[in-house]
Amino acid sequence: MTARIHPLLGAFAILVFLFLLAPLVIIVGASLSDTTYLTFPPQGLTLRWFANIFEISAFRNTAITSFQVAILGTGLSLLIGIPAAYALNRYRVGLPKWLGTLFILPILVPEIVFGFSLLKTITIGLGLPVYPSLIIGHALLVLPYSVRVVGASLASFDFSVEEAAISLGCPPLKTFFTVVLPNIRAGVIAAFILAFITSINDVSISVFLTGPGISTLPIQILAHMEQFFDPTIASVSVLLMLVTVGVMAIVEMTLGLTFLTK
Amino acid sequence: MNKFAKWGLTLPATIAVTLLLVVPVLITIATTFGEPKGVFSTYTAFFNSGFRTNILYRTLRIALITTAISLVIGFLTAYVIAQMPGRLKSIAIIAAVFPLLTGVVVRSFAWLIILGKNGILNSSLLSLGIISEPLSMLYTEGSVIVAMVYLFVPLMILTLTGVLEGIPRDVVEASASLGARPIATFFQVILPLAVPGLIVGAVLVFTGSFTSYATPQLLGGEQMMMMGTLLYQRAMVTFDWVGASTIAAIMVVITIAVVSIMSRIARRLNPMAV
Repeated sequence: MTARIHPLLGAFAILVFLFLLAPLVIIVGASLSDTTYLTFPPQGLTLRWFANIFEISAFRNTAITSFQVAILGTGLSLLIGIPAAYALNRYRVGLPKWLGTLFILPILVPEIVFGFSLLKTITIGLGLPVYPSLIIGHALLVLPYSVRVVGASLASFDFSVEEAAISLGCPPLKTFFTVVLPNIRAGVIAAFILAFITSINDVSISVFLTGPGISTLPIQILAHMEQFFDPTIASVSVLLMLVTVGVMAIVEMTLGLTFLTK
Repeated sequence: MNKFAKWGLTLPATIAVTLLLVVPVLITIATTFGEPKGVFSTYTAFFNSGFRTNILYRTLRIALITTAISLVIGFLTAYVIAQMPGRLKSIAIIAAVFPLLTGVVVRSFAWLIILGKNGILNSSLLSLGIISEPLSMLYTEGSVIVAMVYLFVPLMILTLTGVLEGIPRDVVEASASLGARPIATFFQVILPLAVPGLIVGAVLVFTGSFTSYATPQLLGGEQMMMMGTLLYQRAMVTFDWVGASTIAAIMVVITIAVVSIMSRIARRLNPMAV
């Protein structure tokens, strides 16, 4: 669709983008301020708050945990999600409809309810340690991305190519890895990225699944904020924004960012 | 073989979701009916407590207001983005995606710096002489709503940009060539075609804000608790697990009701699906 834009509407859109980006600019400014409290515009410039992050071992440890949990959780979700997405698209007839709904339940059920229920039944009820519970929680949280995003790219895959390979004598598993997988590469990468970023930013599930010595970075940031209100938090936030920039660069290089509006 | 593959491939994910999500959530809900005082006693206790029902109504109110504001801002902005030429459009999309991919803690924290007692807004209003004493803007419904709108507008913009770009150009041109003024085209052609997308966006924002935890925790505090923060407080601070499970059950019922009713309405209102 194409139509002309009223200047007032254009001005409104510019204000919206200012509203979206100004708070992030303020965080960057506050992280550079040479004061012991958070302020903007920064008074004096220093990088000592960034150095301070590395002095606090809790930030380092939780960052490592967050990263591990995101990689393992996303990996697990792809491991069970890709076969499910494949079956849903390959054998569209014959599989019950509720199966598709089942796999998106993790986004339908409120995250905070899911986190609490996991703690109650798996961690405390069955006595599973916190760390594997955390990975399970994150793997399920991101499963819908694995099934739906990979599924979207399987939907446009021509399965007759696969049948041709098989009828020419290629074993099914080898066909999957050499014919199907390369064709849905973009979907797998997209699912991985969306899942990873969702996991690394998660609060509502992780907040229940932390224990002695195990916590994730967002939970540690919340805890730190309750005691200190210094620019350290702003500098941690800037580092997290740099992770976002990195992720966006990967998306742009592999799929193009317009992918995200589809 | 086919039959085996068909079920076998979906089996791991089916088992995982069933055993690790459906069963735990159902157990949580089931425990609320096992009280010695009666099957529904925890629910009557919840709805008889002014404190707790206030939190439920506040959560619904905040979620509704956030949804309404995000819809208007998101739709108008997406409309502008959809008309932009290619290069500008990519920049606009990057500007919307970036906050979306930045964590909820970071984005809520930004509003803590802006709205705090010694925050940016107070200090600029003071130095401009508009106010003589700093206002307390944090820990109000307003601060939670501002931060939530900030959280969800990018999601709305991206959802609706996709929807608006999907509207065939011919339809808009046909309307114009038949003499409709731009404003009439907007209200009589574009808006009705966008309704299903608007509903999808509204459901995403409503459920997201209704069940949020981090934002009310940071910007609402104890004074402006919402269902998510109340659940956490009951479970992890006062260890009232039945109370927490009751809150969880109420949240699940409301969320699923909203999603299923709205998606049914969306399907019925879709003018292209005739």
